Amino acid sequence: MAITMPLSSIIHKQPQKQRDKWPSNDFQEELVIRPLHSGDIYASFQFRTLWETDFMRGNKVSHYRLFPKSLGQVISKFSVRELHISFTQGYWRTMQWGQPFLPSPPGAELWVWFQDSVTDVDGTWKELTNVLSGIFCASLNFIDSTNTVQPSASFKPLGIGNVTDHSFLRYATLPREIVCTENLTPWKKLLPCGSKAGLAVLLKSEKLFHSSFHSQAVHIRPVCQDWQCKTTSWELRQTLNVVFDLHTPGQGKREWSLFKMFSRTLTEACPLASSSKIYIDITDNPQGEQFEVSPATPLLSQAMVLGDRRTFSVYDLTQQITFGTVRSLNLLIRWKSSEDMLRPLLHGERYVAGYGLQTGEIHTLMYNNHPYRSFPVLLLDSVPWYLRLYIHTLTVASKGKDNKPSYIHYQPSKDRVRPHLLEMLVQLPPNSVTEVTVQFERALLKWTEYTPDPNHGFYVGSSVISSLVPSIVAMDTNSTREQPLFSSFFPCKEESSYFVRVYTEPLLVNLPTPDFSMPYNVICLTCTVVAVGYGSLYNLLTRSFQIDEPSPGLAKRIANIIRKMRGVPPL
Amino acid sequence: MKILTFFSLFSTFLSANSINVEENAGQFFSSGHTNNWAVLVCTSRFWFNYRHVANTLSVYRSVKRLGIPDSHIVLMLADDMACNHRNPKPATVFSHKNMELNVYGDDVEVDYRGYEVTVENFLRVLTGRLPPSTPRSKRLLSDDRSNILIYLTGHGGNGFLKFQDSEEISNVELADAFEQMWQKRRYNELLFIIDTCQGASMYERFYSPNLMALASSQVGEDSLSHQPDLAIGVHLMDRYTFYLLEFLEDIHPASKANMKDLFKVCPKSQCVSTPGHRTDLFLRDPGSALITDFFGSVRKVEITMETINLTDLIKEAEQKDNVQQMLEMVTNEMNILKLWFDSNKLSLNLNKTKFMIFGNHTTNIDVKIVIDNKTIERVYESKFLGVVLDHKLCWKPHIKYLCMKMARSIGILSKTR
Repeated sequence: MAITMPLSSIIHKQPQKQRDKWPSNDFQEELVIRPLHSGDIYASFQFRTLWETDFMRGNKVSHYRLFPKSLGQVISKFSVRELHISFTQGYWRTMQWGQPFLPSPPGAELWVWFQDSVTDVDGTWKELTNVLSGIFCASLNFIDSTNTVQPSASFKPLGIGNVTDHSFLRYATLPREIVCTENLTPWKKLLPCGSKAGLAVLLKSEKLFHSSFHSQAVHIRPVCQDWQCKTTSWELRQTLNVVFDLHTPGQGKREWSLFKMFSRTLTEACPLASSSKIYIDITDNPQGEQFEVSPATPLLSQAMVLGDRRTFSVYDLTQQITFGTVRSLNLLIRWKSSEDMLRPLLHGERYVAGYGLQTGEIHTLMYNNHPYRSFPVLLLDSVPWYLRLYIHTLTVASKGKDNKPSYIHYQPSKDRVRPHLLEMLVQLPPNSVTEVTVQFERALLKWTEYTPDPNHGFYVGSSVISSLVPSIVAMDTNSTREQPLFSSFFPCKEESSYFVRVYTEPLLVNLPTPDFSMPYNVICLTCTVVAVGYGSLYNLLTRSFQIDEPSPGLAKRIANIIRKMRGVPPL
Repeated sequence: MKILTFFSLFSTFLSANSINVEENAGQFFSSGHTNNWAVLVCTSRFWFNYRHVANTLSVYRSVKRLGIPDSHIVLMLADDMACNHRNPKPATVFSHKNMELNVYGDDVEVDYRGYEVTVENFLRVLTGRLPPSTPRSKRLLSDDRSNILIYLTGHGGNGFLKFQDSEEISNVELADAFEQMWQKRRYNELLFIIDTCQGASMYERFYSPNLMALASSQVGEDSLSHQPDLAIGVHLMDRYTFYLLEFLEDIHPASKANMKDLFKVCPKSQCVSTPGHRTDLFLRDPGSALITDFFGSVRKVEITMETINLTDLIKEAEQKDNVQQMLEMVTNEMNILKLWFDSNKLSLNLNKTKFMIFGNHTTNIDVKIVIDNKTIERVYESKFLGVVLDHKLCWKPHIKYLCMKMARSIGILSKTR
């Protein structure tokens, strides 16, 4: 009984349990734990602050309560409409782990929509990156025009707003950026409770960075407060995704607990939070035959997330009963048997082919694992200027046949000014692999442009594959209904599909590197040759020879002394 | 009766305390330093230079523990060791083997990292000449009442320090940067510590006042590393900083240890190299400079329930000490000037130097200014650029002088009659 729904999000079905107006300053925190089929465990923290205020139109906001002041000042000073920044260490393995709730590429990624009142977007962008580098202790000041692009179709705004002018959008990645405790520390300080109470107590760097994947992000966007969208409020989401490896702690036994993952247990919820929940994904475990969770909880919840209806056990930390008699909560998940997992529908890979330091080829593979449906994907590629792409060699092939993209936007690079930007809309046939190849040539950089360790190589940022993937169950298009945070991040405009963004691996490419010790060697060699050559010539021309008597023997010397005394000429 | 005596005792105790507190409040207006900054730089890249990062982080840890907040510390690490893929224990940097002490900690804030640590950025941080969009956490916002601690570590040689294996900073550049800081009044006193091979060569060329320098080795000597950890596979710390860390672990914010104790850290028997120090540019006696003057941020805080009238205190302090303070300042400045003259091969003729105090009748106190053990003569009026200035600024002597000049000219005119 499929009812076709219009695409607008304002008109919706039955308003169930909707709240007409959310409170003006609201903080919610949640943790979702999803056991993965490979034995690893995926934990996703989300902290959301909603604030009904107006940063724009000259309003000077001075009283901050839950919303961090540093970010509020950034929004008002730089007229930001949406800001998304993520720091990731590791690469998300889609084929082993499924789809993440919030995708992010390795390194640092920053994309910002500015308000239309900004006159000099590039200047504002540069200042914004400098300020953010100070807030997050990251080298975001290396973002400049050589790695910033303006995507024309990907990265539509995730909050309210129907702006189509892409000149207000800027996107940049730093694939080389390292994420460590110094990025986590200021991130934790932005939370209302800090790391002292609530779920943030679990965020200990020694465990978080000893993992296969770690990603922390900050997302700021304006959202509607009610279904008529009469008032808007600013939403700040801080998310942290981490995948713990089964074998790293050393035991190999398939058993996870909060203490094993984070070396802490929970004792209380954040007092400033209106809701503080832990969700454990038990969809694959309806009767408890795969794993068991203790302590058991009667609360269950269902949510439509990533095109699937999943069931979760819920632990509400605002209720004192959750902590039991020991006053602390340590969830324990113990496995009994394992099963194969469903293959994710969309998956991407990228690698460099070729040999030598002159030319090469970039191959991007996109997998559509749906058995009978085809869907379009938008591929965004941003390649630095020193890999000169030959776009006439661009080929897109699926199942061996040529597949012409229906939309291509290409902006060629300019040396030392702009990178390449390639955006394509490709229709992926069902159950197939689509391969995009393009050849490139490596440029020679000036000797001052090399990093201090040039033999490591140069990074090319991940490709972004965005798509509306057909979903198995009907998705919920009512964005104002109270939903868990992890299912409400991407706005859902249609019921039959959900939004997915997949990032490929970054590439590491070697450029022809000069030998930096050569100037010193050349100077030594030249000076030696000149010295030897000139010195010999000079000696030849100016040296004069004199005959030198050998020194006489002892007897003769004494005789000479006596003769000198007598006044007679010597021998 | 008993209550009365108790009350009277209590009130005398309170009044005695209040006098004490007023004295202490008076001390707030005397000179010295009011804030502390630290610039800690590790200049080496690559995994086998783990020890340089551990050096810098151990000084960072001590400085933070003794009270300097992150907003007043500029930490520059040229490479990431904690989350390096070769680190068997991620998010940790150890200074003692068997992983005893994690100097990286849980709330570290690195301001310049990776490729940002360059000679240019370091000099810009010191001199304050940064692009306008630089965030506050990356700036050294010191003023003329700041005590700054500068710690450098890495690979170096005679007269230079290598940054990231691709560029160097020389001792002349460093001395000039400190001179720029002095001229812009960006520090009150500066402590410079360097742990690198031939480190003493880096402070040879300093010529600005109020600098104290320590190095881990003399010219011609190498600084050696302390101990490797077999699990991590690299040397964890350099010897000088290892013993410096052990010394600093015993210091707490109320400690009275002074610089002379710091000079004794790591003698040749422990360090193999000979640490050196330089105090000739430092105007105070190093024995009177506390360790916490540079490594900590000790605020003079007194908790009192009394109300103190500050305007009276200020007036009192001004009247009592005003001239004396001023004379002290003048003497200090003149000494600095003399030092500058001497180092630039100029000379100051102390016989021709005079001093005059402008003010009202209360300045008629017997005062003395002594430079280089020679008393400077006090005058009450002096001719300067054609104008006769007197100590009351009432222009009488200038008018008299003008009248004399005019009288002479008129007198000659009268002879022509």
